[in-house]
Formats: sequence, C-alpha cells, structure tokens
Amino acid sequence: MGALFLSARDLRLKMAPKMNVKDLNLFYGDKQALFNVSLDLPEFQTTALIGPSGCGKSSFLRCLNRMNDIVPSAQVEGQVLLDGHDIYAPSVDVVELRTHVGMVFQKPNPFPRSIYENVAYGPRIHCLFKNKTDLDKIVEKSLHRAGLWGEVKDRLHQPATRLSGGQQQRLCIARAIAVNPDVILMDEPCSALDPIATAKVEELIDELREKFTIVIVTHNLQQAARVSQQTAFFHSGYLVEAGETGALFTTPQDKRTQGYITGRYG
Amino acid sequence: MNEHIVKAYDEELKTLHALIRHMGEKTVEQIRKAIQSLIERNGKLAQEVIDHDNEINLLEIKVDELAVRILALRQPVASDLRMVVAALKISNQVERIADYAANIAKRTLLLNEMPPFPGIEGLSTLVRIPKQMIEKAISAFAASDVDLALQVWHMDREVDELYNAYLRQLFDTMITDPKNIGPCTQLLFAAKNIERIGDQSTNIAEAVYTMVTGKPFKESDTLKK
Repeated sequence: MGALFLSARDLRLKMAPKMNVKDLNLFYGDKQALFNVSLDLPEFQTTALIGPSGCGKSSFLRCLNRMNDIVPSAQVEGQVLLDGHDIYAPSVDVVELRTHVGMVFQKPNPFPRSIYENVAYGPRIHCLFKNKTDLDKIVEKSLHRAGLWGEVKDRLHQPATRLSGGQQQRLCIARAIAVNPDVILMDEPCSALDPIATAKVEELIDELREKFTIVIVTHNLQQAARVSQQTAFFHSGYLVEAGETGALFTTPQDKRTQGYITGRYG
Repeated sequence: MNEHIVKAYDEELKTLHALIRHMGEKTVEQIRKAIQSLIERNGKLAQEVIDHDNEINLLEIKVDELAVRILALRQPVASDLRMVVAALKISNQVERIADYAANIAKRTLLLNEMPPFPGIEGLSTLVRIPKQMIEKAISAFAASDVDLALQVWHMDREVDELYNAYLRQLFDTMITDPKNIGPCTQLLFAAKNIERIGDQSTNIAEAVYTMVTGKPFKESDTLKK
C-alpha cells in the first residue's frame, strides 16, 4: 500500500504545474465561497475536485477560466496563473483565455446545429484555420480524439441533438478540444450519462491527458479515483487536502477527508 | 469513529471485525488445549482439538467471502479499505496458527503410544510467549492499537531464544539415550509449530501496523518505541 503511493504524494516532483492557484478567495456579494485556496495543477495530469455540495469545488473550477466574471456580485482575490501568467491581469482577453482553458458542463449542451458545425464553431470564431480543408481536418481530428469519429463520420451534417446523451457529451468534449486548449475543465461531465457512456468518457479523459491538463469536478468518488492522478478535497470553501489520488484514497491525512470518502460525513 | 451513513455497510464491517476476533479467540483456545493434551497425555482432548480445526477453516472462508463482498459492493476506501485488506491477511495467518495447534494435538496421539517422557514440560514454557503474542495481536487488531502490535513484534526474539534452548535440550536428551529419539522427534515438530505461532503472530502484528498507520511495516519503525 503505502510506499508506492506515499513516494508519489508530491506530484509536483513528477510534473511541472500548468496552473498555479495562490491564496484564492472568492466572494459572492457578502458571502465568501472560497478561503485562501492554493493548489497546483500539474501538466498532463487529471486533477479531481471532490467534496460535499456547496463546498466550493465548482466555484473553484469556474475561477480557472473566469466563468465567475458573468456573475455580477462575484469578486476574486488572489492569483490564478496559467504558465506563470495571471489570468486575472487587466490585459487578459477573457475570450482568448477560454480558448486556452476550455470547459465541459454537467449536461451535454450541443448547439442546435449539425455535428460538424458544433465542432467547427470554436475554430471559426477564433479564426484558427486557413481554408475549408483545414477546418475539415480540425473537425475530424477533434472527433477522433473525442472517440466519436467512427460513430458520426457518415452523418456529420445531421443535427447534433439527434445523438445519444453520451455521444452529445463526447461531442461537447470534441468542441472543447477543437480550439486546442491547454486545460480542459469538466464540471460533473458524466452525471447525466449511463455507465457505458460514463466509461467511454472516462477512457477519453485518460487519453486526453496526453495532450491536455484536465480538472474535473465529480460527485462520484470512484470516478475521481479512477480518472485522476491528483485529488483535492474541498469542504466549506476550504481546500482541506490535496494529494496523489492513490494516497488520498488509502491514507487520507485529514479526518474530514477520511469521513467524507468513507461515507461517514454528516 | 463516526458511523457510516449507510448502516448496512457499518454492519458488514462490524461483522468482519467480529469474525476475526472470534477466529482469534477460538485459535488461542485450540493452542491451550493442544498443549494441555500433550502434557497430560489426554488423547480425548487432542482429538477434540483436531476435530475443531475445521470450524476455524470455515471461519476463514466466511471472512474471505464477506471481505470480497464488501470490496465488490461497497468499494471501501481509506481506513475501511485498510481494515478489509488486513482482515483478509489476518484470517489467513490465524487459520495457519490453528493448523499448528491441530498438528500439536496430532503429536499427542503419537506420543501417547510411547512411554511417558519427562522433557515434555519444556513445551509449556515454550508456548507461553507465542500464546500471549497471538492474544495480543488479535487485541491490537480489535483496538487498532499500534503500540500493542509493536510489542508483539518485539516478543518474537525471546521466542526464538527459548526455542533454540529447547532444541539443544532435546538434542542432549537424544544423545544421552537413543531410546529418547522417538518421543524427542515428535517434540521437535511440536516445538517448531510453537515457534511458528510466534512468527505468524508477528505477521498479524505487522498487518495491524499497516492497517492503522497506512504505512508498510519496516523494522526501523520498531525502534521508535
């Protein structure tokens, strides 16, 4: 058990962090949602954020690509660095930022367009292609990477909404990776999927890790254990404990983590 | 520790825990009776020990089945996972210790066919510490007590010394009179079994150590105590 996991407890030794979060505080009006959260997100690794409802894990995720900007009362203090650059610096273009830090949501949310247009949308608005052939290639590659190409290659121009839930979610992942981001944020991407579709998305997450850094919020602890290399446990707005996933699930250091993951919470 | 939100899960873990304690208690009783049968030349008691061994084998199967069921259905993590893994290991060790007790009882039946032999009392001295070790190892498991587990680990050295001393005594007896070779050979096997009870108890102590601390047992850890 121990030595194998414990020696790997400090992931930063293995992979340089792609993003660093330093002393992050988040307020919604008077209410503070996150308290002094500091966490490194190692490159080409999946970090799982776990914790009870309302613990701040989704709020934390949304700080990573400034999704909280659209909440008028939200106020962020502290630093979120992507490759050493503060994403909250005044000079940062938020739309540009989101091509580097993409997002996949809980419910599949394809646009009411064709499969092709869903994937082509990002490259189009960011002008990431030279000509039609180039765009076709980006669409094909993204669908390939999302493990969907074989299932949709003959019906690229059919409405995306005709796909099954699991296929729609993988389409949303294809859409997110079409702009070639550095980091993909996933907010409970499998909670609306059946076990087979979930397994496909989990397999996909593992493959995507070769090219992208992934952060996933999940309520399914077994899923966190299966897909992530680092796990961070949030509670009441605080980051209680973060560490190598195997270590956290076998020898958690904090009593609150122990209580939560073993089902003794409350 | 707090209880699980799912009560049935709690019940299963408690049952697993209780099964190990029960196995341990039964096994200690088997050791006591086996040695008593040997010293008192009580064939009936020896047969009882041999017959009861299967009960402990069945308990081991029960532990295995329940542990696998918990792993499959509850996906335990952290301290729960470590307890289930420890239970699997410990039940295996305890079952082996019970086999040693049955083996000793079998020696009783063989020795009873020979004339009474004086060197037999040495075994009751030899068994004293290994019997305490298994008792303490099971208590350490029951109470998740690392200090007690480490105590068990330290006791094994004394067992080895007593065992070697007893062997020398048996060899001397055999050299003095070749008529003694028959009974002494039986006692050599019994002594070896007793010494192995100490070793297996040490393994239980190590499993308890890992269960409680989450770390693999290393000899250097014992120096801290």
